[in-house]
Amino acid sequence: MQRDRHPLDPPSELCRIQNEDPISRVTLWDGSTPWLITRFDDIRALLTDPRVSADTMNPTFPHMSEGMKARQMKGKTFINTDEPEHGQVRRKINADFTVKRVERLRPQVQAIVDGLIDDMLAGPKPVDLVAALALPVPSLVICELLGVPYDDRALFHELSVTLNDGKATAEESAAAMDRMLAYIGDLVDRKDAEPTDDLLGRLVVEQLRTGGMSREEITKMVRLLLVAGHDTTANMIALGTIALLENPDQLAALQGETDIALARSTTEELLRYLTVTHSGRRRVAAEDIDYQGTLIRKGDGLVFAADIGNRDPRAFEGDPDAVELTRDARSHIAFGFGVHQCLGQSLARLELQVVYGTLYRRIPTLALAVPMTELEYKSELSVYGVYELPVTW
Amino acid sequence: MKITVDFEQCIGSGQCVVSADAVFDQDDEDGRVVVLDASPPDDLLEDVREAVRVCPARVIHLDEQG
Repeated sequence: MQRDRHPLDPPSELCRIQNEDPISRVTLWDGSTPWLITRFDDIRALLTDPRVSADTMNPTFPHMSEGMKARQMKGKTFINTDEPEHGQVRRKINADFTVKRVERLRPQVQAIVDGLIDDMLAGPKPVDLVAALALPVPSLVICELLGVPYDDRALFHELSVTLNDGKATAEESAAAMDRMLAYIGDLVDRKDAEPTDDLLGRLVVEQLRTGGMSREEITKMVRLLLVAGHDTTANMIALGTIALLENPDQLAALQGETDIALARSTTEELLRYLTVTHSGRRRVAAEDIDYQGTLIRKGDGLVFAADIGNRDPRAFEGDPDAVELTRDARSHIAFGFGVHQCLGQSLARLELQVVYGTLYRRIPTLALAVPMTELEYKSELSVYGVYELPVTW
Repeated sequence: MKITVDFEQCIGSGQCVVSADAVFDQDDEDGRVVVLDASPPDDLLEDVREAVRVCPARVIHLDEQG
C-alpha cells in the first residue's frame, strides 16, 4: 500500500480498513492471505495471546517478502521463538538492557550527541543529518555496548540496508546474511581469544565457554542486536526531525524547555506518530482462535499493522494524526506488544530523548534544505525512514 | 491497593519501573520484575494503573480494593 496522504501518515487504505473491516484478509507477495489486524485493542489482545506464534519456520508464516523469508530462515533467534524458549534466551542478555542500567549511559550518550553536533556546526552546510547524526548516534552506542568495532560500520550499515529491503531477492538477502554472520562469527572468535568488558565479551565468557549458548546462537543474536540497535533509531531521529520541523509551534515549545519531561513525552509521541516499523508485526496461529466472533484457524498468518494501530482514535484522545508532544502516548505499540516487545526499547528511548532534547536547542534555526516532499522515503524497506536528510541553519 | 505479579511470565521489559519506580524494580541478573511495595499508598494509583496498562507480558495484577 502506498502512503498517499502525507509521507509521515499511513496509507488512506489502512484507515479505511481500520474503520470498516478492522480484522480482514490481506494478500501478500506470495499470494497468501493472512489476517490484517488494524485496531489498537485487537493488536494488543492478539499479540498477548499464547496461541499466537512468532515461529518463522512455520510453513504458513506470513513473511514480508521473498528476501525476508530467506533472511529469517538463516538467522532464527529468540525473536522467532515461542515461550518458554524465548524467555530463557532473552533473560541471558536482558541485564544490559534494564531501565536503570541503560539510564546510567545517559552522560555518555549526551557526550556523543554533543560531539556530533559540534562537528556539524563546525562543518559546511547543508549537511546530511542521517550521515552526520541520525546514524552515528545509535551506531556508536550499540557498538560500544556490544563490543563491535565502530570502524567496521560501513560494512554492517550496507548489509543492514539489504537485509531490510523488501525488494531484495532471496539470493541477495541470503548472501548479505552470510556475510554479516561471518563478520560477527570472526568477532566471537576474537573475543574468545581475548575477552573484553562488553556484551559480546561477556556472552563468550558466560555462555560460550560454559555451553549455555553455541557460537552460532551468539553470532545470530549479536547480528540481530546490531541491526535492530541502529537502523530503527536512526530512522526515528531523521523522521522525528521532519515531523518537528513540520510542526513549528510544537518544536518551539520543545526548544524552550530544559526539563527532561518534555523530551520524554516527545519521544513517546513521535514513536507513536511515526511507528517506523511500518511493515507490520508478523505471526501465525498455532491453534484455532475464536476472537470476538472471528475464527482464526490454526496455521492462519497474522499481520499486525502497528502504524495504523498507533493512529487509532479509539485508543488515543484528540486527533491521532496530529503531533501533540504533551499527549499521553506511553501505551503506543511502536515497540510491539506481548512477550516479544523490543528488548532494546530503553536504549532507543534514551538515545531519542537526548537527541530530541538537544539538537533543536543547540541549532534553533535548523531547517530542511529541500522540501520534505522531494525526499526519498524508504517505502520498500521494513523500517520506514529517509535515505538522506539535507538540513541547514 | 494490592499488587501481585506473575514472575515466571515476566520478560523484563522494565516498563513498570518507568511508570512507578517506587513500586517496581528489575532484577540485576535477568531484568525480571521485583516488587518493592506490594501495597503502595493511594497517591501512586495512577502510576500503578499505567504500569498494568503498558506491561507487554500482562503479568501485573492490581486489586484496587485490596
